[in-house]
Amino acid sequence: MTSNHKLSPGDLEELLPWHAAGTLDSDEAAEVERALATDPELARRFALVREELTETILLNESLGAPSARAMETLFRAIDQDRKVVRRVAAPSVGARVAQFFSPRMLAWSASAAAVIVLLQAGVITRLVMEEGAAPVQAAASATDMPTFETASAPIVTRGLEVDSYALVRFAPQASIADINKFLDDHDAAIVDGPKAGGVYRVRVAHGSLSRQQLARTVKELEADKSIVSFAAPSE
Amino acid sequence: MQVLFARHHVRVYRFVLRLVRNEAAAEDLISEVFLDVWRQADRFEGRSTVSTWLLAIARFKALSSLRRKPNEELDEETAATIEDASDTPEVSLQKKDKSAVLRSCLVQLSREHREVIDLVYYHEKSVEEVAEIVGIPQATVKTRMFYARKKLSELLKAAGMDRGWP
Repeated sequence: MTSNHKLSPGDLEELLPWHAAGTLDSDEAAEVERALATDPELARRFALVREELTETILLNESLGAPSARAMETLFRAIDQDRKVVRRVAAPSVGARVAQFFSPRMLAWSASAAAVIVLLQAGVITRLVMEEGAAPVQAAASATDMPTFETASAPIVTRGLEVDSYALVRFAPQASIADINKFLDDHDAAIVDGPKAGGVYRVRVAHGSLSRQQLARTVKELEADKSIVSFAAPSE
Repeated sequence: MQVLFARHHVRVYRFVLRLVRNEAAAEDLISEVFLDVWRQADRFEGRSTVSTWLLAIARFKALSSLRRKPNEELDEETAATIEDASDTPEVSLQKKDKSAVLRSCLVQLSREHREVIDLVYYHEKSVEEVAEIVGIPQATVKTRMFYARKKLSELLKAAGMDRGWP
């Protein structure tokens, strides 16, 4: 699609969910923005989409995290896989195969098995590195956002429970400088994240705010659409 | 592998849990998903992001699991009639908690509609990525999302919350 191509009203409406999530390409996003600026009914419908987006994020965040059992099961299975590879390469098994293969061949098999294990580890490492640079992580990695990720407990509390917090997702186009200035202006700080969905937990006030005060503060944060694409009160 | 797991397991778990609606089954499935990744990492071609690849594997495994255990899985209609631990949409509305009503209606959507809404809003997947994960054309992704939102509005209206759309 090019900027010369005019989307139909139906097309524009269909794209609203992706515009709210910040996943449209720049041309489409600009066209939707232009339409929103001139079409009050479309803007009203976009507000409905933003409500849906907020509640979908909150619903998913409320689902919690899997127990340690999932990780234990996984790494037990991986260990089993590794043992199988070692057995294939082991001399005791090789003794039977020795009728067919020379000692040099056996040594080569053991080396090859070890290389396979190393390659698997290497490919996994590449996946991690690639994902770090992938668009989906843009909010964190592209801006060198501080990361507070843990191995098994994604939600980290740091003894600051008396303060007030919000869940915030920054707009994809916001730079690290914009975000830093925004946080400074609001006397806010990132304390956790990015969580699943690119959401950060942000301290929005020292001390405990009432529900109404917190809702007001969150609304203020969300008002700057160029920096914040989503904000909601957090425990 | 530990880093990959740490980075993605919560996101994958929540996606699977919304499909199978069973925490124990979702935990088993994410172990299987990451074990497949460990065994088949060399098949990853880098054409999509890792998270998109993981969600596609997770979806396949979740649906296979549902097909294997038809008697253990609730059909959509039955599931929709079961009371959630949270308030029903009507009760929530009486309490004037608009957010709770909306969330309750999101839970009641069909699997297909829940899936597309989660992928777009929560997992931040583009039209192309949703098409890749779900295995449908991009045009179908857009219409499915439209009808998911339409159904959501109908559920809200039935709960007494008319949004004036569609």
